[in-house]
Amino acid sequence: MRHRKTPFIFGFLVVPVALYILLVIWPYLQTFGYSLTDWSGASSEMNFIGLDNYTALFKDGAFLGALRHNLLLLIVLPLATILLALFFAFMLNVGGKSGTGGVQGVRGSAFYKVVFFFPQVLSVAILSVLFQGVYRTDKGGLLNGVLIALGIVDENHPWDFASNPTFGLWCVMGVLIWSGVGFYLVLFSAAMQSIPKDIYEAALLDGAQRGTTFFKITLPLLWESIQTAWVYLAIAAMDAFALVSTMTPGAYYGGGPDHHSEIMATLLMRNFITYGKAGYACAMGVVIFFITLVLSVVSLRVTRREKIEF
Amino acid sequence: MSTNTDATTGIPAQRSGGTGEPRKPGRAQRFADGGGVLNVFSHGFLALWAVLIIVPLIWIVIGSFKNNTEIGDSAWSWPSHWSFDAFTRAWDKGIGDFFVSTVIVLAGSLTLTMLLGAMAAYVLARYEFRGNRVIYYFFVAGAMFPVYLALVPLFFMMKNLGSVIPWLGLNQYAGLILVYTAYSLPFTVFFLHSFFRSLPSAVHEAAMIDGCSHSRAFFQVMVPMAKSGLISVFIFNVLGQWNQYLLPLTLMQQQSSGDPDRSMLAQGLMNLAQQSGYASDFPGLFAGMTIAMLPVLVVYLSFQRQVQAGLTSATLK
Repeated sequence: MRHRKTPFIFGFLVVPVALYILLVIWPYLQTFGYSLTDWSGASSEMNFIGLDNYTALFKDGAFLGALRHNLLLLIVLPLATILLALFFAFMLNVGGKSGTGGVQGVRGSAFYKVVFFFPQVLSVAILSVLFQGVYRTDKGGLLNGVLIALGIVDENHPWDFASNPTFGLWCVMGVLIWSGVGFYLVLFSAAMQSIPKDIYEAALLDGAQRGTTFFKITLPLLWESIQTAWVYLAIAAMDAFALVSTMTPGAYYGGGPDHHSEIMATLLMRNFITYGKAGYACAMGVVIFFITLVLSVVSLRVTRREKIEF
Repeated sequence: MSTNTDATTGIPAQRSGGTGEPRKPGRAQRFADGGGVLNVFSHGFLALWAVLIIVPLIWIVIGSFKNNTEIGDSAWSWPSHWSFDAFTRAWDKGIGDFFVSTVIVLAGSLTLTMLLGAMAAYVLARYEFRGNRVIYYFFVAGAMFPVYLALVPLFFMMKNLGSVIPWLGLNQYAGLILVYTAYSLPFTVFFLHSFFRSLPSAVHEAAMIDGCSHSRAFFQVMVPMAKSGLISVFIFNVLGQWNQYLLPLTLMQQQSSGDPDRSMLAQGLMNLAQQSGYASDFPGLFAGMTIAMLPVLVVYLSFQRQVQAGLTSATLK
C-alpha cells in the first residue's frame, strides 16, 4: 500500500521553513534593503539614498580600523588556537613514553582533556567577568599579582592590560584562545585516535623521528578536521562581540581607547543603538556578510585536498 | 604490527634476517630515548596550561569570600573570615531568577529545535522532490553568518510581532524561544541531514511495505535509529543556546517599568558586572559567577564523556 508523499513532505517542512524564513532569512534580506537608506532606526521614515552609506563607510577611519582589527583576529586567532591544540593533542595521544614499543599518550591524558575542555562550557558572560578580574589594572588583578610577585612589574605602576591602546585587543584574543584550545584539542584528539596505530609504528621502525611522524603522518591525515576548525574559528573571529564590548573601555560597547580595540561588530551595534544610524549599521552588516562569505568559500577551495580513507 | 613488541629488541626477526649481522637495539632504542626527553617537555607544557585554566577559576571562587578592600588590595590576599554573605547578596540580586528564565527558555527552544530540525532534515535527506536542494542550501547558508548581521531587522520584527500577538513580542519567553529555535535550525538541519543519509534504508522500506505511514516511520523507526546523532546535536545546541548573549541582550530588555525582568543568565550576570562597577561589590559579583558556574561544572563533570564525544562528532560530520 502506498501512502501519499506530497502532503507528508509539505507537513514536515512547512513549520521549520516558515520559522526560518521569517526570523532568519527575512531579517538578513532586510539588512540589505535598509543599507540603501538613511533610516534612523527609531522612526519608520526612511529615504532611499543608493550606495551613499557604502561610500561613506570606506572613508570612515573608525570602520577601516575595525576592519583591520577583524582581519588581525582572523589571522591570529585560528593560527594560535590550532597550533596550540594540535601540539597538545599530539602530546596527549602519541607523545607518551614508548616503553613497550607502542604509541601512546602521556600519563593523565584523560585528566588534561577534562581540564582543557572546561572553559568551552562556560558562558561568554562568565568568561568576560572572570577576565575582567584577571586583567584588573591595579595590584588586585590576578595577572598583575603574578607579575608583581615575579618582580616584573612594579607594585605602584601595575599594567593596564585590556585598556591599553596597543595590547587591549591582544588581551581579548588571549581569552578567546584560552577558552577555545580545549575544544579543538578534543576535536583533533578524536581525529588522531582514528588514525591506525600501525602507521606510526611502521614509521618509527623505519627510523622516523617524532617530529617527522607528526609532519608526515599526523598532519596530512588530520587535514580535514583542521579545515573545519579553521572555518569555525574564522566565524568566531568575525564575531567576538561579547568579549570586546564588555572587556575593553568605551562608553557604549567598548572598543576603546579611541577605537584602538574596535571591531566591526561593536561599531555596528554602536551606530545602530547609540547613534541611531541604522541604515549605516546595515551597510556595515552587508560588508561583513560578504567578507564572511568570500572567506569561507576561499578557505574551503584553497585548502581542499583528496580525502584519505582508512 | 603488534603493539607489545619490546622497544629494546623490538625489530621483528624476519626484517633483520637478511643482513646477517646481529641486530642492535638501534632505532627503536633511539626513539624511546627521544620519547623520554619529550615526555618531560610535554608534561611541562600540559601542566602549565592546566594551571593557566584552573588558577583563575579557583581565584574567583576564593574572591567571593573576600571583602571589597581585600579584593582591591592584593591578588594574593586570603579572605579574613569565610562567610557566605556575598552569595546571599548575589542571589538576592536575581541570579536565581536568571536561572529560572534561562531554563524555561532552553526547555522550550531545545524541544522545538530538535523536533523541527529533525523533521526538516529527515525530509530533505530521504525524499526526492523539486526544490529539495534549494531548501537544503538555504539552511546551510544560515550557519555561516554571525547573528548580529540580522539583529537590526530582527529587533523590529519581534517588536511588530509583539504588537499583533503580545506573548510573542520583545521580552517574552515564547518570542525568544522561537528566535533561538530559528537560529539553531541551520546547524541542526545540516548535521542531521548527513546523519539521516548515512542510515540504512532497508529498515525504512520494510516498515513502509508493512503499511506504516510516512510520519509513523519517522517517529517510530528513523528517530530511534538516529539516536546517537540526535544526542550529539542536542548537546551542541544546549551549549550554544546556554551561551547566547547578543540575542537576549537585544530582545529581552524590559519594555516598560512594570515589565518583569526576564534576563537570561549570561545577560543578567553581565548587567550585574556593570552595576557592580558603580556599587563596587566585587565579592557579590564573584559569588554570582561561582553560583552560575557550579551547575555547569556539575553537569560537565558527570557527562564530560558524552559532552566531548557529542561535540566533536557534531563538528566533524
